[in-house]
Amino acid sequence: MDGLREKVHKVLIPLFGDDVAPRFDLVNEALIVILGPDGEVRDHRTVLLARASAEDLCHLILTDGVEVVICGGIEEEYAQYLSWKKARVVDSVMGPWNRVLDRYRQGRLKSGDVLFEP
Amino acid sequence: MSEPTEAFIKGLFNAPISFSSLLDEIPHGILLLDPDRNALVMNRALQGLTGFFHTPVRRLPCAHILRSDICILRCPALGMGPASSGVCREGNLINRNRRKIPVRITLSPLKTEDGHTAGFMETVEDLSLLREMGDQHAEEGRIQGLIGQSPEMKRILNMVPAVAQTDSSVLITGETGTGKDLVAEALHRSSSRAKGPFIKVNCGALPETLLESELFGHKKGAFTGAVDNKPGRFKLAHNGTLFLTEIGDLPLNLQVKLLTFLDDRMIHPLGSSSGFQADVRVIAATHRNLEAMVREDRFRRDLLYRLNVVRIELPPLRRRGEDLRVLLDHFLVTFSRKFNKRIRTYSGESLEVLTRFPYPGNVRELRNMVEYAVNVCDTEQIDVRHLPSYILEEQTETRLQNREDKTASPTLLVGPSQSMDQVSWAGMERRMILEALVRAKGRKGRAADLLGWGRSTLWRKMKEHGIES
Repeated sequence: MDGLREKVHKVLIPLFGDDVAPRFDLVNEALIVILGPDGEVRDHRTVLLARASAEDLCHLILTDGVEVVICGGIEEEYAQYLSWKKARVVDSVMGPWNRVLDRYRQGRLKSGDVLFEP
Repeated sequence: MSEPTEAFIKGLFNAPISFSSLLDEIPHGILLLDPDRNALVMNRALQGLTGFFHTPVRRLPCAHILRSDICILRCPALGMGPASSGVCREGNLINRNRRKIPVRITLSPLKTEDGHTAGFMETVEDLSLLREMGDQHAEEGRIQGLIGQSPEMKRILNMVPAVAQTDSSVLITGETGTGKDLVAEALHRSSSRAKGPFIKVNCGALPETLLESELFGHKKGAFTGAVDNKPGRFKLAHNGTLFLTEIGDLPLNLQVKLLTFLDDRMIHPLGSSSGFQADVRVIAATHRNLEAMVREDRFRRDLLYRLNVVRIELPPLRRRGEDLRVLLDHFLVTFSRKFNKRIRTYSGESLEVLTRFPYPGNVRELRNMVEYAVNVCDTEQIDVRHLPSYILEEQTETRLQNREDKTASPTLLVGPSQSMDQVSWAGMERRMILEALVRAKGRKGRAADLLGWGRSTLWRKMKEHGIES
C-alpha cells in the first residue's frame, strides 16, 4: 500500500447499503474511487452489477484496472486470483465505506479492521 | 467468549453461574442479538466457525459477523411478527480464514413475559461433514435407505438432492412397497428443513371426521369430545415437512381444505376464528392412479396440479433389473447382523426361486421374505426350505395358470401382465396377512411389524380382505 499511495490508483469497495459488503460474492453494487498520490479523491463512481457473482466482480476489477480491493468476506480462491493478477486484497473489513476509505487514505487500514461505531 | 459479560444465571443452581461459560459449553455456534439484529454475545463454537476469535463483536451487525448468504439475501428476522416462531434455513458463510462453510441457521425470537421481542438467538450448525457424507452416499448409489444401481433408480437418486433443495410440492407415485416413504424422508433430510419436523399422516388410516381434526387441529369445545386444544399435523409440521401418504384416499371435502392451504398457507383449526400461518412443505404419495381418479371425479383436478409440481415415479421391483440381486444381498447382510447369525449366501436353487418371483409387493415384500428366511435359517446358506412357503405355491400356481391360459386363449399372452399381477396380489396379500398373524400368534402389532406396515394399515387391509379380528 505504501508504494500505491505515491501514485494515482483505483480502489474498489463492494457495497452493502452504506457499509462495506460482508460478502464479496453477494454484492450488486461497488464503489470505485480514484485516489491521487497524496490519497486525495480524484474521482469516484458507483457500479451496479447485473447479478451478484464473484467471477463477474473479479472480471470488473481486472478490466477496470483496479489495484486495491477492500472487502468483507472473500473466498480464498478469489483472493488468490486477484493477488496473482496484482490486485491487493484487504479483506474482513467491517464498517461504513466512507470511514473505511478515510482510514485507507491515511495509510492505516489493514485486514480485519472493524470501523463500526461502538 | 470474545469479551467478558456481566450476565449470570441466578436461582437455577445453588450459586450464580456465568451465562457466557454456559454458552461456551454448547457444541453449536450461538449468537445472541438485540432487536435491531446487532450482536450481544457469541459463544466459543461460533468463534471457531467464523474465525473471529479476537474481534469484539458486541453491537456489530449480525450480517457482518456471520457473513452468511441467509443474512444477506433473505434475513429471516425481517419478516417476523409478534406471533412468529423460530425459522430454520440452510446456506453458507465465509469465515475469517476465507473458507466457505455450509451451515444450518436457526433464528428464534426471544420474547419477554408480555410477548415483546427482546432479541434473537441464532444457532449455527456446521454441515460440512454431513455434506461430504451425502456426496459419498450418492456416489455409492444410496441415499438414506434408498439402494439401487439400475438406471431408473440412479436417475431418482440423482434427482432427490436437487428436488430437496427446492420448496415445491412433490408427488411420489409407485406401487405398494416401492419405497415412497423412504423417498419422502430422504427429501426432507436432504432439504433445508431437515432440522424441522417430518410429520407423516396416512390419509387412508383414519375416518373422515377424525382426519380433519388430525390434520388441521381443533379448539377446545369445537365438537363433543374436544376437551382440549389440538394443534393438528400441519401446525406440528411448521418449519418442516408434512408427508401425506395415501393421498388418493383423502376425502373430497378435505381435498378442498388442502387445496386452500396450498394457496394461502393458512391453517384454520376446527372451531377457531383465527388462522395460523404454517411454513410447511407438502409431500404427497399414493399407489393409486390419480389421473384416473380425476376422470372419475374422485380426486380434484386442481389439487392434482398443485401437488404434481415435482413428480417422482418409483419403478416396481420387476423393472429394476440388477437391483434385485443388490437388494437380496443387502437385506441378507442387514438381517444376519441384526439376528446375530452367520449366514453368508443363498443356495443356487433358492436364488433361482427368489429371482424368478414377481414381487407384487415390491421391495417391502422382498425384505420381509429375506427377514423370514434369515429367521428360520440355521445354516450358513439360505436354502429353498427356508423361504416362505407361499413363494413356492405362488410360483406353482402361476405356472399352472399360465398353462391353463395358454390352452384356453393364447391371445391373453400378448395382453398387459399388470392385470394378472393385480389379480394375484389381492390373494397373495391376504395370504401374507394370515401367515404373519399365524407367525405372530394372533398379535396384530407383531404381525404388522413382520409385514413392515403400521397397525392401522394392517387393520384396514384385514377389513378389506374380510379377515375377522
